[in-house]
Amino acid sequence: MISDLFSMTVLVGILASGIRLATPYLYASIGETFSQRSGVLNLGVEGQMLLGAFAAFYVALTTENLWFGVLAAIVVGGLMGLAMAFVTINLHAEQGISGIGFYLFGLGLSDLLFQKMLGTVETVKGFPKVHIPVLSDIPVVGEIFFRQNVLVYIALALVPLAWFVLNKTTLGLKIRAVGENPEAADSLGVSVARIRYFTVVLGGIMSGVAGASLSIALLNVFQQNLTSGLGFIAVALVYFGAWRPWGVLAGALLFSLINSLQLWVQVLGIPIPSDIAVMMPYILTILVLVLTVSRVRPPSALTKSFERGD
Amino acid sequence: MKKFRFLLTLILTLAVLLTACQTKETEPVVEEETGPFKIAVVMPSAINDLAFSQSMYDALVMIQEEMGGEEAMTFVYSDGMFVVDDAAAAIRDYASQGYDLVIAHGSQYGSSLQEIAPDFPDTSFAWGTTVDTFGIDNIFAYEAASQEGGYVNGVIAASLSESGVLGVVGPIETGDAKLYVDGFVAGAEATVPGIKVNVNYIGSFSDVALASEAANTHVAAGADGLTGTAQMVIGAIGVAEENDALWFGTQASQTELAPAHVVANQVYRWDVVLSEILDLIDAGTLGGTSFVIDLANGGEVMDFNPDFELPADVQALAEATVQGIIDGTITIELGE
Amino acid sequence: MSKSSQENWLPKLIDTALPVFATAAALLVGAIMLLLLKVNPVEAYKAMWDGAFGSQNALAETLVKATPLLLVGLGICISFRGDVINIGGEGQMIVGAILGTLVGLTLVDWPGWAVIPIAVVAGFIGGAIWGGIPGALKAYFNVNEILSTVMMNAIAVQLMNFLLRGPMIDPSQAALASKIPQTARLLEAFRLPRWVPTRLHLGALIAVVLAVLVYFLLWRTTWGYRIRAVGQNPDASRYAGVKVKNYIVLALVLSGAFAGLAGVMQVYGVNYRMITDGSASGFTGSAGFNGIVAALFGQLHPIGTIPASILFGALLVGANKMQRVVQVPSALITALNGLVVVFVVSSEIWRRRRQKRRMAVAVSEVEGQPPEGYPPDPDHQPEVPA
Repeated sequence: MISDLFSMTVLVGILASGIRLATPYLYASIGETFSQRSGVLNLGVEGQMLLGAFAAFYVALTTENLWFGVLAAIVVGGLMGLAMAFVTINLHAEQGISGIGFYLFGLGLSDLLFQKMLGTVETVKGFPKVHIPVLSDIPVVGEIFFRQNVLVYIALALVPLAWFVLNKTTLGLKIRAVGENPEAADSLGVSVARIRYFTVVLGGIMSGVAGASLSIALLNVFQQNLTSGLGFIAVALVYFGAWRPWGVLAGALLFSLINSLQLWVQVLGIPIPSDIAVMMPYILTILVLVLTVSRVRPPSALTKSFERGD
Repeated sequence: MKKFRFLLTLILTLAVLLTACQTKETEPVVEEETGPFKIAVVMPSAINDLAFSQSMYDALVMIQEEMGGEEAMTFVYSDGMFVVDDAAAAIRDYASQGYDLVIAHGSQYGSSLQEIAPDFPDTSFAWGTTVDTFGIDNIFAYEAASQEGGYVNGVIAASLSESGVLGVVGPIETGDAKLYVDGFVAGAEATVPGIKVNVNYIGSFSDVALASEAANTHVAAGADGLTGTAQMVIGAIGVAEENDALWFGTQASQTELAPAHVVANQVYRWDVVLSEILDLIDAGTLGGTSFVIDLANGGEVMDFNPDFELPADVQALAEATVQGIIDGTITIELGE
Repeated sequence: MSKSSQENWLPKLIDTALPVFATAAALLVGAIMLLLLKVNPVEAYKAMWDGAFGSQNALAETLVKATPLLLVGLGICISFRGDVINIGGEGQMIVGAILGTLVGLTLVDWPGWAVIPIAVVAGFIGGAIWGGIPGALKAYFNVNEILSTVMMNAIAVQLMNFLLRGPMIDPSQAALASKIPQTARLLEAFRLPRWVPTRLHLGALIAVVLAVLVYFLLWRTTWGYRIRAVGQNPDASRYAGVKVKNYIVLALVLSGAFAGLAGVMQVYGVNYRMITDGSASGFTGSAGFNGIVAALFGQLHPIGTIPASILFGALLVGANKMQRVVQVPSALITALNGLVVVFVVSSEIWRRRRQKRRMAVAVSEVEGQPPEGYPPDPDHQPEVPA
């Protein structure tokens, strides 16, 4: 039984499903990385994901156009981000609590809209798996990487893009400056508020798309509390990745791979109580961090509101 | 300063307390017997979950129609009451408002009911799924013999499987879910000895994403027939469809989610229990009895998808299995 | 300590009432949503008021709901003052409840007056362990506490599911087919006294007493002073010879311990057993999260957290009543709570502005120092402990 874990089917299965599971985390965590890098902790990711998921699902269902669905998720996630930005940047509200508020709001509103606008669980034809020509025929690797849906590919492509923006562009420099030392950035003429607005709205958009990746690409359904805590894990993964896109990718993959591993452990009948198996990804994620003792400090201005010149 | 704030808080709290006490205690409104029969139901998930809560909601709508509409019976509900002590407050509140029957539709509510029911001897309570009435004479209990439909589904799934592998997605390994899953496994193994039935419990009733990935795992492990129970399986049904695997539903009909791939559903017909309970209440008995819905009493119905072309021999085998369970020639051995 | 503020009671009153105004504003927005759902908002909010304060029983229910919020909130006051963000209250409540319940299920031959205190201590320890692990991980391995507490919540839920359907299952359930994942009921002698006929239990009073104790802990003891000092400026504390790491652990241990207490009180005061529906919130009612909100509403002050918990508890209890009376979906209630949180936390800006103005006046008058650091704590400058 345990030796079955090392068969090719199982390994390919674990990797392919690990990448699928990682997709919503990637969107949400990369978005959150941007907002945290600029000094804003957004705990409302889960609520933004839920509203994004519903918007995408509803629009995709009614217009029968999946890209309109993604667009709807972008708009709704962006609006939620805008509200979060206004509350935390203009009104200087405590970030963690605002986030919890927006989480509850999104959790309730998405469910309410679902009940009033759809009324019952329905399915939508989501993004199909795209078999990338040639590459998808490579044994093993093809099945893992090149037979996924388009939102999975975009999520993976966002990692280097996010790295590039954060580390190689002026915008990235400004974001990091605002997150490390807003006073200094301000004195150099960078608008702290504008940068933070940008990152928080971007975070909202990404969370919205994360929701869409669930409702119209991976699961193709909507239900109350569809995300079921994914958004909070996504925030946690930003800390795992130490505010770096590649680190976030590593965290999302690690967590998801162990999750798919535990599914296989049960399928193969390895005698571990199911609840204990379900714990594995959570325990191991912590353990890995313990073993790779990191010296990275969070952005100095994280959670700290900035008030100009007084 | 500190003292001041403390005092202020104290005063404010007292003020709140005082205003509260001023308002007259609202007396329980006891309805006259002439009005319609009033039912209140408290449910853990949403009324449209295509699973546990929906099965009860549908039953109430059905009963209402049977009885002749709102003039004969009205019902109110609180859904999404997964917080146990909120549910307890709701149950007590409904009881004190003079509802004739208060249904606590969730096994986690039993403890609260045990405490509340004795305070309202004229109100009838019902809860499920269990057989335990705590010996209190105004509590009915109801349970589903979900292993029976599970067994039938298992028989069909095993007969149709070409790969010899089936997959099951469960929430947590207990209660109604475990009964169904064990029944499914027993049915499959009795039909095709040596068939592989892989079982996965994902540790949650709500994690649609993980349930769906569990289904993917089953498919990758070679399963061509899938089943699962509780409200988080809706995504798994899509996975079955996408991979051209068959789906076997339970609790409510899930055919509409994958019209070409759902073979059969075990549908709960709580209305069977409800009408018996209502008859008893009419006759003056407020509780003390427990009910089991099963294939024999029509509380569980095998609902075959008309659009799925089930081979005649399998259809016959399924019907014979249902009959065998009803007349007792088939007994379901549940593994531990 | 500025003596002058003692006379300015009116601004203080306004500040204290600010969350109430903000709540009202959020409910006004909620009224629009109610209208859209074709529900009369006046009727709905009357039901809400009745549900929270309308009768002796309603008031008791509000206080029952407020109790775990206050207990978790007290822990949050400690950890946030120490600049440690504990969002692991859900898991800490669960583990506290598990250990506390174990005591009640094991010491069946013991008298109630002995079992209850032992159980309470066990709950305290359970929460302390579940909070202490992320604390130690943060202090010694630089593992961020938001990550570890989120993960520890999930682990606690699975641990609970495992124990309640296996080793700790009610023996009478183990024999039945339904096998409801719950423990046996606590003996009557082990239950916290209630104010009959309501569910209001001794835990509420204990929580209030503990609020005063936490206040003393934070502002009258060396431990408390150092936790706050580490929270405000870890580097300065380190130079001053404070073992910063130990105080990070201490902040999370204490924070977790109070959440653990909240968990054990729910079992011994309200439910009399543990039951799982597979999620954390089925048992905790999300008090592990809502307690954070209550503490912040209370300005991270233990005494301020008392009325804040009552306000938030009233909102939750009243909203459920509103759901029942006007039959709106419970989802609306959740959204409404979210709005209240956002509005209240946003209203803080007015309090801070007024404070700044007052401070400016005070500074020009006595040449004092304006307050430093975050979270804002104008009333309690760090003081040298006795």
